[in-house]
Amino acid sequence: MYKPIEIADGIYSVGCRDWDIRDFHGYSTYEGTTYNAFLITGEKNILIDTVKEKFGDELLANISRIIDPKEIDIVISNHTEMDHSGAIPKLMRKIGKDKPIYCSKMGAKNLKLHFNREFNFKVVGTGDELKIGKRTFSFLETRMLHWPDSMFTYLVEDGILFSSDAFGQHYAGDIFFDDEIGEEIIPHARKYYANILLHFSPRVQALLKDVAEMNLTINMICPDHGILWRDNPSRIIEAYDKWSRQEPERKVVVIFDSMWESTTKMARSITSGIESEDVNVRLMNTRKWHRSDIMTEIIDAGAIAVGSPTLNNSVFPVIADVMTYIKGLRPQNKIAAAFGSYGWSGEAVKILNKEFAEMKLDIIDDGVKVQYVPDEKDLDRCFDLGVKIAKALKEKLPKI
Amino acid sequence: MDKYECVCGYVYDPAIGDADTGVDAGVDAGTAFADLPEDWVCPLCGASKDNFEKVD
Repeated sequence: MYKPIEIADGIYSVGCRDWDIRDFHGYSTYEGTTYNAFLITGEKNILIDTVKEKFGDELLANISRIIDPKEIDIVISNHTEMDHSGAIPKLMRKIGKDKPIYCSKMGAKNLKLHFNREFNFKVVGTGDELKIGKRTFSFLETRMLHWPDSMFTYLVEDGILFSSDAFGQHYAGDIFFDDEIGEEIIPHARKYYANILLHFSPRVQALLKDVAEMNLTINMICPDHGILWRDNPSRIIEAYDKWSRQEPERKVVVIFDSMWESTTKMARSITSGIESEDVNVRLMNTRKWHRSDIMTEIIDAGAIAVGSPTLNNSVFPVIADVMTYIKGLRPQNKIAAAFGSYGWSGEAVKILNKEFAEMKLDIIDDGVKVQYVPDEKDLDRCFDLGVKIAKALKEKLPKI
Repeated sequence: MDKYECVCGYVYDPAIGDADTGVDAGVDAGTAFADLPEDWVCPLCGASKDNFEKVD
C-alpha cells in the first residue's frame, strides 16, 4: 500500500503497485508495474478504474484513508481488461452493487462477459458529459486503443485526462510523476507503445488529430499504468505522434537464433557489414532477449534481418515465436532480409521471406543460406548482405 | 444497404466505406458488405469478415 497521493484538489491516486510482476501476459516487466485508480471527491465521490483482483483489498484500504469506500457514488470503467476491472466485483459488494458504472457500450458488454453478472451500467459515448458539482466529466471513446471497450475520461475544469492504458508505462517505483523521473521514463513508455499499441498506430494518429481539433487544455495525463504526466504532458503526446508515424531510422535490428553457432556467425558477419556502412545496428539473440525487448528495438528501425536455422523442415521454434509476435504488432515501413544455416533441406529462409511478404515488408534480397558451417566465403556473402541492407536503408533515408 | 457490426463494435456502413477509421483500406463509399473482398479485415481490430453480423 502507498499513501494515496492528492494529484489535484480533492483528486487522489489510490491504485496499487505490483512490484513483483516480471511477465505481464508475455511482456517482460523488469520493473514491475502499477494499476492506477483515481478517486475524485466532492459532492459525489467517483472512482475511475480499479486494480487487478488480487489487489482489491489494498485498493479499498487506500480509499479508506480518504473516505469510507461506501461513500463512493459512481464508478467509471475506462477499460475492461482485468488489471483494471478485476477488483470491480469486490468493490461493488463493498459500496453497493446497484451503484452506477459508467462505461462505453463495448465496456458494458465485455464487463458482463468477464464477470458473468449484470451491473447498473450507464453507457456513455464520445461527447457525453456527467456534471457533478463544480466538475464536468467528459467521455471520449477510444475503441481499439487498445480494446473495443477503451475510453478516456476528461475532467474539463481541471484539464485532467484519464487516459486508460494509453500513455502508460510498466514501471513501479517510489516516484509518481514525470518531473520526478525525467527522460528515464521514456524507454518504458516506448516499450509499452511498441508492445501494446503499435498495431493500432493509424488509430493513434486519428485520435491525436481529433484531440488536437478539440483544443482541450491538458494539464495532466493520468494513465492506468506507471507515472502521471503532470509537468509536461505534451512530451508523451509528441512521443506517441512520432511512434505512431512509424518513421524509420537508419538502424537495423538483426534477430537470430542458432543451434550450432553457424547462424550466430552469419548474424555477426551481417552486423559487421551493416556497421561498415555507418548504420546503427542491434544484434539480438532470441534466446537472450525477450520478444518484448526485441519489439521495442524494432519500432524505430528501418530494417530487420532475421536469421533462423532450419529445424524439422521449418523455422526454429523460438524464431517462430518471435516472428508471430512481431507480425501481430504490424510494424510498417521496413526493409527485411532473411538468413540461416541448415543441414539438408533448408526451408527456414523461404518461410521467413513468405512471412515478410505477408507483413508487407520490403524484401531486398532472397536471403543467404549456408549448409552446415559457414566458411570464409559464406561469411563474406553475409557481410555483403549487411552492406546491401545498410545501403538500401541509406538510399531510402538520405541524410538531409 | 445493410450495415454490419464487428465483434469489436465497429460498424461497417456501406454509405461511408472504411475511410472514416484512419485506416484507408481503399474501400469506396457505396460498397456493399457482401462485395468487400474476402480478405478484407475490420479496419479497427483486424478481424476477418466472418466476425461481422448484420445490424438490424
